[in-house]
Amino acid sequence: MARVVLSGDLGRRFAGGEVEIRVEGSNVLRLIKALEERYPGIAEALESDAMAVAIDGIVYQDAMLEDVGEEAEVYFLPAIRGGR
Amino acid sequence: MAKSHVSTTVNGDPVEFLCDTAETMLDVLRNTMGLTGTKEGCGTGDCGACSIIVDGRLVCGCLMLAVEATGKQVTTIEGIGAPDRLHPVQQAFLEDAALQCGFCTPGFIVAAKALLDRNPDPSETEIRYWLAGNLCRCTGYDKIVRAVQHAAAEMKGQPA
Amino acid sequence: MTYEQKNLRVVGTRPIRHDGPDKVTGRANYASDFTLPGMLWGRVLRSPHAHAKVLSINTDKARALPGVKAVITGADLPLPPPGVTQAGESAINTQHLAKNLLARDKVLYDGHPVAAVAAISEAVAREALGLIEIEYEVLPHVIDVDEAMKADAPLLHDDLFTEGVEPRPETPSNIAKRIVVSKGDIEKGFAEADIVIERTYTTKAVHQGYIEPQGCVANYAEDGQAMVWCSSQGQFVIRDLCITMLGMEASSLKVIPAEIGGGFGGKTTVYLEPLALMLSKASGRPVKMTMSRGEVLRATGPHSGSSMTARIGAMKDGTITSAEVVIKFQAGAFPGSPVGAAVMFCSAPYDIPNLSITGYDVVVNIAKVHAYRAPGAPNGAFAFETVLDELAHELKMDPIDFRAKNSAVEGSKSPYGPTYGPLGGIECLSSAKNHPHYKANLGPNQGRGVASGFWINIGGQSAATVVVNRDGTISLVEGCPDIGGSRASLAMMCAEVLGIAAEKVRPSIVDTTAIAFNDVTGGSRVTFATGMAVVQATEDAVRQMRERAAKMWDIEVDQVGWRDGAAQEMNGNRSLTISQIAQKAAKTGGQIMGHASINAAGAGPSLTTHLCDLEVDRETGKITILRYTAFQDAGKAVHPSYVEGQMQGGVVQGIGWALNEEYIHDENGRLENAGFLDYRMPVASDLPMIDAVIIEVPNPNHPFGVRGVGEAPIVPPLAAIANAIYDATGVRMRDLPFSPPKVLAALEAAEKTKANG
Ligand code: FES
Ligand code: FES
Repeated sequence: MARVVLSGDLGRRFAGGEVEIRVEGSNVLRLIKALEERYPGIAEALESDAMAVAIDGIVYQDAMLEDVGEEAEVYFLPAIRGGR
Repeated sequence: MAKSHVSTTVNGDPVEFLCDTAETMLDVLRNTMGLTGTKEGCGTGDCGACSIIVDGRLVCGCLMLAVEATGKQVTTIEGIGAPDRLHPVQQAFLEDAALQCGFCTPGFIVAAKALLDRNPDPSETEIRYWLAGNLCRCTGYDKIVRAVQHAAAEMKGQPA
Repeated sequence: MTYEQKNLRVVGTRPIRHDGPDKVTGRANYASDFTLPGMLWGRVLRSPHAHAKVLSINTDKARALPGVKAVITGADLPLPPPGVTQAGESAINTQHLAKNLLARDKVLYDGHPVAAVAAISEAVAREALGLIEIEYEVLPHVIDVDEAMKADAPLLHDDLFTEGVEPRPETPSNIAKRIVVSKGDIEKGFAEADIVIERTYTTKAVHQGYIEPQGCVANYAEDGQAMVWCSSQGQFVIRDLCITMLGMEASSLKVIPAEIGGGFGGKTTVYLEPLALMLSKASGRPVKMTMSRGEVLRATGPHSGSSMTARIGAMKDGTITSAEVVIKFQAGAFPGSPVGAAVMFCSAPYDIPNLSITGYDVVVNIAKVHAYRAPGAPNGAFAFETVLDELAHELKMDPIDFRAKNSAVEGSKSPYGPTYGPLGGIECLSSAKNHPHYKANLGPNQGRGVASGFWINIGGQSAATVVVNRDGTISLVEGCPDIGGSRASLAMMCAEVLGIAAEKVRPSIVDTTAIAFNDVTGGSRVTFATGMAVVQATEDAVRQMRERAAKMWDIEVDQVGWRDGAAQEMNGNRSLTISQIAQKAAKTGGQIMGHASINAAGAGPSLTTHLCDLEVDRETGKITILRYTAFQDAGKAVHPSYVEGQMQGGVVQGIGWALNEEYIHDENGRLENAGFLDYRMPVASDLPMIDAVIIEVPNPNHPFGVRGVGEAPIVPPLAAIANAIYDATGVRMRDLPFSPPKVLAALEAAEKTKANG
């Protein structure tokens, strides 16, 4: 089960504060589905283009099918713009 | 308003054109003659992207009225180097990676050539002050200054 | 794709860039170098007011002027459905963009477009602008970010309610958003600290300062098919924004990328292109539009001015225990500043157990800000890295040792959440500490400053096609505009995989109909992400060439290897070069073409440390940079000359920002310095050589270990210079820029305090 951290605005909006939870899901799509069951409405926020996801420290701007390992650490964070 | 008729020499070729009296040499080069190697970065004499050589003097094309070209010898970036051989300043810019986006490059090459034409052995400070009228936002000037030093050395090594 | 250590023959060398000859001869075509037969000239009428209601617009006289072919106003550009267009990496609110392209009932900044005309010459177009009659009701305006946050500030949008605060506010304000990054317990952390320092900083809006003004040519045909020629950081983003604005289909608009004369983030959105398309549609003729420098400065994305407070605590042994930072950014006329990056990255070089960083995105009456090289990060680093310097002084620790003691390393948790992979922070610091620069002597009124910086770097979508020609040369087709040598580095990676010389690979950057989608050239992503696409496309071509060789030899493909630009028989000594395989391609299945279209992840952050020596002239307040050395982890420098160039260029932009650049507005909110004479960017005579020391800690997620390099170098200079000024004078300056009058005033104030104290 992956370790998912909902921090900042996400945590406040859906979990009443930062939470770290264990979630079943072998890829990002399945993980978000599992999160949606626990926090209805969160899927839309997570799938927005303005969000990126970090799996074990690697940041993905648009993740869906990326594998999420059993012991993976998953963060959702705002996508970053670049200037060069 | 009637247009003025101007006869001049551009890159060695006799050229005639009609222009409004308010038109700049930069506009005529770019829009009338299609010589778009000379760039416009500001139109107010502050960036040097429009550098050209007129009768041996380095000028901003955007500050020169086209009618002033009458009877003058105008050299633009298109007139520097030969089809079979780049000018040493051009070659040095390539070898030393002295350009990134390249938009300021024609202006710098024209200005550097004008410098080396009159001072074949400039110091770093002389190069920096001579080129102070040319803005480059990409390179931080380091490689541009080195390329001019490099070109100067090349040109000295060659029989004139 | 993962990193493998291998012997490299092309990557890491310094060949002449493929587009170089065109660029040193003036042959390269930039945005405004293009013309079409029958072309009209378009121009924009802009608001002279910082904030005003538009009561009426009358274009009758302008339309009646002979030679005028079309006039448009906001009424001609219906608002698109609400939504966010993913413009590559920037999320752009479509309705805000439409209102920014052409104002409707309100103008929100000096330079806000209100109308545009197309005419048979530029002179006629200008004259027509003068004939458009607009009635304004001027409103009070606000530009300063702290002022704009006050409850009684003039309100830009009466439907803007702060996001990110619970419960949602009931009254509108100029604060578009609040974001918070936190971990641990800061008060507990401050209680553990032996020393706590809190300081406030301000910075002014600055401009990207690309030398090429925006420009484009648009042609809209009767059947709805259109093309735009323009310079941008991404032709696909320009296409997507234009079609969203104008309700067109993606296949109806071809955007052809011109060479780009600098962007630095500023050319990842549209200003002129939709207007040129509208004017072309209305007139039935091609339309060319270019901006003057004044228009560029007034109306295209500056970077946010900011106001920041940083409070950091450390123990006697130098351990940082806690940090609290509040960062407020000007967003310009519409929400969406890069304050998020400032929040996430200001403390990112360090491993700090207790953190609370809050950012505010605040609308003000200047042009909508846009990305500028490592957007937001330099502001945050300015505050954070100068407080660190003060702490190091108080603790009597060497500033590099102090930073090293607190450095994030592989396995540390980043402030924005994820755990770091391999990072080059410590390597940059130790390389700086051991460099002769750090030991060199300083004279009177001279000082040395140290600062570090962080940029995350991004990946994103990229595509590449590798076409194998009959003669063994390669046409490399890609879709990311080349701002600083990326054609060369991509061709080099292709050549490396093939085992041939870089000169045998000819890269070209093609229009939106000729390759799959590519995100913008931005975020330091091209060498990393497009590089990865190129490597995959090349490997695809190699696989096909091995298959063809196997057919030609009539053996199994697993019996065929690849080395030095040729297929090699494994159990024999036959080999076939690329051209030998390509010449038989017609008989073995048609021309060989490798392809990849990917979304790359894992760019790997860049860490950097800068050393700056400067001298302060106590008479005039002028600061002269004497020596500057930048140390940066590039992962792997594909073409070291262009990596150095990125570092030098970023440093000098930072120097300009620190010493001179700022937006100055008069009391009516008009930009007073809308030209290069008064918006003073660094020139050659202001500067010494800039030394670039490349450090290579390979990125595990790239076949050659590449990280992005373009953005990190602009992050540390503001703080490095502030710290050096202190070292030279004992005076701490906290309001940018450090222009001579301000330096003089600070020195005089310090003298007075000393005299009185
Ligand atoms: S365009 Fe002439 S100096 Fe800038
Ligand atoms: S290379 Fe881009 S402005 Fe000089």
